[in-house]
Amino acid sequence: MYQRIGVPVDLEHPETLAKAMATASTLASAFGASLHLVAVTSPSPGAVARNPQAFAERLTAYADECSARHGVIFTPHVRVCDDPAVELDRTLSAAFHQLEVDLLVVASHVPGLRDYVFASNAGWLASHTDLSVFVVR
Amino acid sequence: MLHSEKISAIARAEGVADYTSDHRVGEDNIRAFGLDVHNPVFAVSGTTIVVFVAFALSYPELAAELFGQWRIALTTRLDWFFMAVANFALLFCLYLVVSPLGSIRLGGPQARPRYGYPSWVAMLFAAGIGIGIMFYGVLEPMSHALTPPLSSEGITGGARRELAMASTIYHWAFHPWAIYSLVGLSLAFFSFNKGLPLVIRSALYPLFGDRIWGWPGHMIDVLAVLATLFGLATSLGFGAEQASGGIAYLFGLPNENWLRVAVIAFITAIALISILRGLDGGIKRLSELNMLAAGVLGAYILVLGPTGDILGGFFQYGAAYVRYLPELSNWVGREDNYYMHDWTTFYWAWWIAFSPFVGMFIARISSGRTVREFVVAALLAPSAIFVLWMTIFGETAMDQYFLEGLQEVAATVREFQPELTLFVFLEEFPLTLATSLLGVVLVIIFFVTSMDSGSLIVDTMTAGGKIETPVGQRIFWCIFLGLLGVSLMLGGGLSSLQALALASAFPFAAIMLLMVVSLHRGLRAELKLLDPVGRA
Repeated sequence: MYQRIGVPVDLEHPETLAKAMATASTLASAFGASLHLVAVTSPSPGAVARNPQAFAERLTAYADECSARHGVIFTPHVRVCDDPAVELDRTLSAAFHQLEVDLLVVASHVPGLRDYVFASNAGWLASHTDLSVFVVR
Repeated sequence: MLHSEKISAIARAEGVADYTSDHRVGEDNIRAFGLDVHNPVFAVSGTTIVVFVAFALSYPELAAELFGQWRIALTTRLDWFFMAVANFALLFCLYLVVSPLGSIRLGGPQARPRYGYPSWVAMLFAAGIGIGIMFYGVLEPMSHALTPPLSSEGITGGARRELAMASTIYHWAFHPWAIYSLVGLSLAFFSFNKGLPLVIRSALYPLFGDRIWGWPGHMIDVLAVLATLFGLATSLGFGAEQASGGIAYLFGLPNENWLRVAVIAFITAIALISILRGLDGGIKRLSELNMLAAGVLGAYILVLGPTGDILGGFFQYGAAYVRYLPELSNWVGREDNYYMHDWTTFYWAWWIAFSPFVGMFIARISSGRTVREFVVAALLAPSAIFVLWMTIFGETAMDQYFLEGLQEVAATVREFQPELTLFVFLEEFPLTLATSLLGVVLVIIFFVTSMDSGSLIVDTMTAGGKIETPVGQRIFWCIFLGLLGVSLMLGGGLSSLQALALASAFPFAAIMLLMVVSLHRGLRAELKLLDPVGRA
């Protein structure tokens, strides 16, 4: 049913991704699909890494760790954008379309008051892309 | 091994400082109530602003007198200091162009520019001092033609025009861009090449070491936030007065407070939409649109004005600028206090006060360029645009006054009504309503881009250099700026706060001098370290 499964990754808070990674790997095994991790950074130094190269290394290490833990291969992809605070969702959407992903597995929090004003990343992706989205709480 | 790790390894082996730090971006930040802000820069700068604004609004006369005296002292007693710093910034930039340090690439040898030159220059211009072309394109050349600087009241004819244009170009080309380039380059280098947070204090890391993450650095960043917010809020307040003046003149409306408040509310609303579109979808597109609209207006005047004189004037006045530059940039033995204090020193202090904001914005959009590319493009492109624009509007206005005897524009200059000068000038051309409306739209978009980029930069400064902050913070700063502009305008505190913004230029000029030493050290060390690994 699905050939390519995508998972957006927030490397600043990897602890929040455990359930989404487990779900994605189970689905990938069930459908025989490939798994693609996408993380977005900016050219400026950030909390996760000092530059996009170092960020890519961090993501690769995280993908290797997930592959070892779940027994499925996770392929890392980094996208650089100048204003991730605002353009994160659009950058992720463009990346997943470019990778021809057909199912997104997205970790999300229980909606709060703020989500009525600013959509969560998962909420935005579900409302603005034509991809199937699996939201994991 | 990463390039930065190679550099660090070589630095250790050869005993050369590589100026990297273990300090992480956002390390001192507080995350609560959906905010991600630096402790204590956010709280200290926010509180200081509220206290100053409350004082200026509660005791407007006392504040005007107190801060007004600062302004006078600054522009009359420290004229030599500001002029020396501006000259030094320009000379240092020229040195970087010709020295081997110019070959260093911001972001490392493999980095490539993320914006093409047209978009880059458009953003540079719109975030910086682009708004000035709308208010001073006609006014300043005319003002210097009516009251020539350098104690040259006696000169007439072509020589008087040349001096007027040269002294206008002096304020808008090269010197301001050297100031912005110096700050922008320092931030870009220490951020993209050394991995330090994108905040002003990082530019002084080679001088202070890890102490810069403590109180000396906090004070520098707080000063940068205050200069930016005071500068932007007063610009917005004065700009709204000017824009509403133009609208009132065009449509025959009374220029009252409701119109000014409506202008600020409208600009703030558009800026909020621009913020939500992000840097590429908001500021970049609006900046490009503005360049296009300005190009249309400039081309219209060029074609309908004295085209031959303007095209010849571009080169003639450029040459006059070079000829007069030594006299204009020298402060010794000058008696033309009106020009030197009320224009030159005021401008230099204003550009320096704005340099943390404009410099940081330039840095953010400049990774991937070499130091030489950065400086040459940042000095030449906006300067050429200014010279062309000032020549088109200045030459045409001077033709109208000296050759055709038209007095209307000169009257607005004598009465110093910058809000009207452009619109009165445009009345001499066909399709006045259309061109004037285009002028109003340009003014509004320039303010929108300034507010959007200002909110972006203040948010970064108060979040310890963190880029990925909740978007609500940027919205907060935008609305805060709008409210600040409205309350100062209605409460009569604009001049007081403008004087405060100018006052911040003095310590910041000293910081800029330290930045020169720091950047030079950083670039020299980088060059030494790059040779063994290749500059690609």
